[in-house]
Amino acid sequence: MTDASMTPAAAAPKKSSLSVVDARTRKRNAAETRFRMYGVAAIAVGLLFLLFLFASILRSGIPAFTQTVMDVEFVLTQEQFEQAESKMLKTGEYQNIFVNALQGQLEESGFEVAFDAKAIERIVGKPGGTIRSFYLENPDRVGTPVSFELAASSRVDGYFNGRVTRDNIVDSRFLMASDLDLVDALEDAGIIRGAFNWNFITGTDSGVDNPGGAGLGASVIGSFFMMLVVLFLSLPIGVAASIYLEEFAPKNRWTDLIEVNISNLAAVPSIVFGILGLAVFIQFAGLPQSAPLVGGLVLTLMTLPTIIISTRASLAAVPPSIRDAALGVGASKMQSVFHHVLPLAMPGILTGTIIGLAQALGETAPLLLIGMVGFVAREYPEGFLSGFTHANSAMPAQIYTWASRADPGFYEKAWGGIIILLLFLITMNAIAVILRRRFERRW
Amino acid sequence: MPFTWLVLIILAIAAFGFVMGRSRALQSAGGDSRDLHSLPVYYGSNVAMWAIVPAAAVLIIWLLAQPFFVNSRVLATLPEDIVSEGSSIGLVMSDVRRVAEGLDVAVAQGAMTREEAGSINSESTDVRERLGEVGVALGSNVSPEVLGGAQLYRSLNATASSIMAVVVLVIAMGGAGWAYSRSHATFRARNTVERGILALLIFAASIAILTTIGILFALLFNTVEFFRLYPAADFFFVTKWAPSFSGRGGASDLGVLPLLWGTFYISLIALLVAVPIGLFSAIYLSEYASPRVRGIAKPLIEILAGIPTIVYGLFALLTVGPLLVTMFGKDTVGWMQGGTAVMTAGLVMGIMLIPFVSSLSDDIINAVPQAMRDGSYGLGATQSETIRQVILPAALPGIVGAILLAASRAIGETMIVVLGAGAAARLSLNPFEAMTTITAKIVSQLTGDADFASPEALVAFALGMTLFVLTLGLNVFALYIVRKYREQYD
Repeated sequence: MTDASMTPAAAAPKKSSLSVVDARTRKRNAAETRFRMYGVAAIAVGLLFLLFLFASILRSGIPAFTQTVMDVEFVLTQEQFEQAESKMLKTGEYQNIFVNALQGQLEESGFEVAFDAKAIERIVGKPGGTIRSFYLENPDRVGTPVSFELAASSRVDGYFNGRVTRDNIVDSRFLMASDLDLVDALEDAGIIRGAFNWNFITGTDSGVDNPGGAGLGASVIGSFFMMLVVLFLSLPIGVAASIYLEEFAPKNRWTDLIEVNISNLAAVPSIVFGILGLAVFIQFAGLPQSAPLVGGLVLTLMTLPTIIISTRASLAAVPPSIRDAALGVGASKMQSVFHHVLPLAMPGILTGTIIGLAQALGETAPLLLIGMVGFVAREYPEGFLSGFTHANSAMPAQIYTWASRADPGFYEKAWGGIIILLLFLITMNAIAVILRRRFERRW
Repeated sequence: MPFTWLVLIILAIAAFGFVMGRSRALQSAGGDSRDLHSLPVYYGSNVAMWAIVPAAAVLIIWLLAQPFFVNSRVLATLPEDIVSEGSSIGLVMSDVRRVAEGLDVAVAQGAMTREEAGSINSESTDVRERLGEVGVALGSNVSPEVLGGAQLYRSLNATASSIMAVVVLVIAMGGAGWAYSRSHATFRARNTVERGILALLIFAASIAILTTIGILFALLFNTVEFFRLYPAADFFFVTKWAPSFSGRGGASDLGVLPLLWGTFYISLIALLVAVPIGLFSAIYLSEYASPRVRGIAKPLIEILAGIPTIVYGLFALLTVGPLLVTMFGKDTVGWMQGGTAVMTAGLVMGIMLIPFVSSLSDDIINAVPQAMRDGSYGLGATQSETIRQVILPAALPGIVGAILLAASRAIGETMIVVLGAGAAARLSLNPFEAMTTITAKIVSQLTGDADFASPEALVAFALGMTLFVLTLGLNVFALYIVRKYREQYD
């Protein structure tokens, strides 16, 4: 531009100059910038989605790790104990006794807020079962004061977490707007407080009307046993298959067929593997339904292609000079592979295996078909061997079960479950990255 | 004899054989391992291999064959007229199995003695009540034929299992003994062991083929069974999906067309989201971005591929669905009735597919030779002109392959549509309506309480077959395109 303005006479005879940006160049440059911006925008949108996803997971999931508890000291007389045990609805009777006692206690301490028994019932959730099982286990404590730490109802929980507010609360038999005053007063008096929800991490699945008591522990164990099966089957089988295909297989039709098969299996939808598991392992072979063993077998078949593909890549990365040197000093082909090539490829194989396991850990659909739905996870297996055959669920299937329940209290648990699941996945992937960084060799 | 004990005994025989075989070979060489043909460890391994492999093979085949044999023998004893209206022989057999399991449980808990379980009859005892006491719930009263069948089932199984234990142990010991007798200094133990290992490697590689065969058989058998109960023409051409809920008989309409439409519509929306974003990310990352930006942005976007689909499903159901309702719901334009819709599932599935499209396209764009770019720059083209007119046409077959692979992924995706797309099967053009897909219906038909021999449950296998054929066709076609393209520049 400066050149052109300094020598206007020289520019005149020429129709165009490289120094002068004419309309067409401007258009082309603008198109260039636009195109570049599309790229930036695409990446920005992708990253934005990622951010949005993690923000909503964290925002909705963290409340699952806290719960609202009530510290209440309570005396059950022998008379009441016998009376309650003679009733048809035993836990309901315990609940009534407890609510009446709490009401009396609150009236004595001179609460200013108006309340009735119904309001207390709505706030405390369903403590009858907890109280009854305590007294059945400790009959000697009947008649002496016992301080209980009882979970409040899921709506009160929601009020503490901000899910339920005074503006959006809808009066129902679960919680009335007027109850919130009582909740506030109880909080001021130190009876209601928030606490870390250990039960969510160590507990088992609860009934459909009790989101407060739901825990992920049993399904974590279910996932653990499945991963054991996957690890101990898919690692040896995958490595053996890769060694054959990479080191020994002659180039013929059979080998081609196997290779095409493996790459196609890698793209078969996971639900089809679930159908396979249902038809072959459960109906045909008669293995128990909902067992982590069957889940592990199905996931093994699903993970095998992933492991084979990554193992073959790391075997192929070992330079041929290693094999030649081994053969040169008299090793057999088998010895050169098992003594030299395989150990050198091991870091890559392990990385691929961990990534395959991480994929298997998050898989849900096939587990639903073989019966590992969440409500199966009601108790821990009794021992190590029964961990494989005892009906159980897995983390993602448990999350699915919670997400499909009607009570919105379970949604929070589902998000919380996702945080735990993602923590496992992040740990596994981090181990894979560290393995790769530390041990991978470049030849 | 419990199964675990059998396995442990075989392993013990193998370990013992290993030690014995090794020492016998050494002894025959006068204790000097240099006089052996192979290293001593191979003589031991040879004996161990002969102890384990034949016995394990017989064990596995026996375990697979035994149910068939027992079932056919029990079936032969059941009278013809036991199959009542609205039932099938399969249901009667499952009754027999359940009673037999119940008797097993009762014996295990000590509620019945072994003899009692073998001799009780339904005239003198209420079997259902007795089994109910030990926690085995039976649906109906036990008829004498079923009880007799169950007792035969138990005794056959018990006999077969003990014969199996004896046969397997004899084979294990025989194999070990034979290999032991051959452990001499001149015996080529290494060659034998290596041939055995190679056979194991080939077997491991064949598991991929066995899996495919298993999938095909599982789908084919049950699909044929379904078409015997429900006309194939109705399945493929009826435009209505309305399974009866009772699960037994009744008029169900099981037309696949609404499900196919839902599947394609959701996949289409997913691709409309994923392809532009994924493709432009790939172009930017491979052509424009500095190594630093690429080193940060690429792994971040690939995180999206590592997130389990259940997370996306929940995201669709609880975050995206309600968000779309506030944007298009009855408060604003009134297009959307509920959170679950084609749009919800399609959008979220699109997010899931972004890294899939972008990393595949990235590889393909990087595979275009640098000379082609240089030639284009030399002619005066700008970078974007080079990309649009040289690189993309050159990479097009590969990109089409990547998009087809993404489409096959979208068609087979389950959790997002189960949670985000809704359950109503309908043929509609409105993307804000709830529709359902093949995968979602497979889950709901097989996890419901429909009886397993009914068309309502068997239809899931026909749907699975449709899905398998669709995705397999897409994959084979995509791989064919990608391979053909690769040959051009290598």
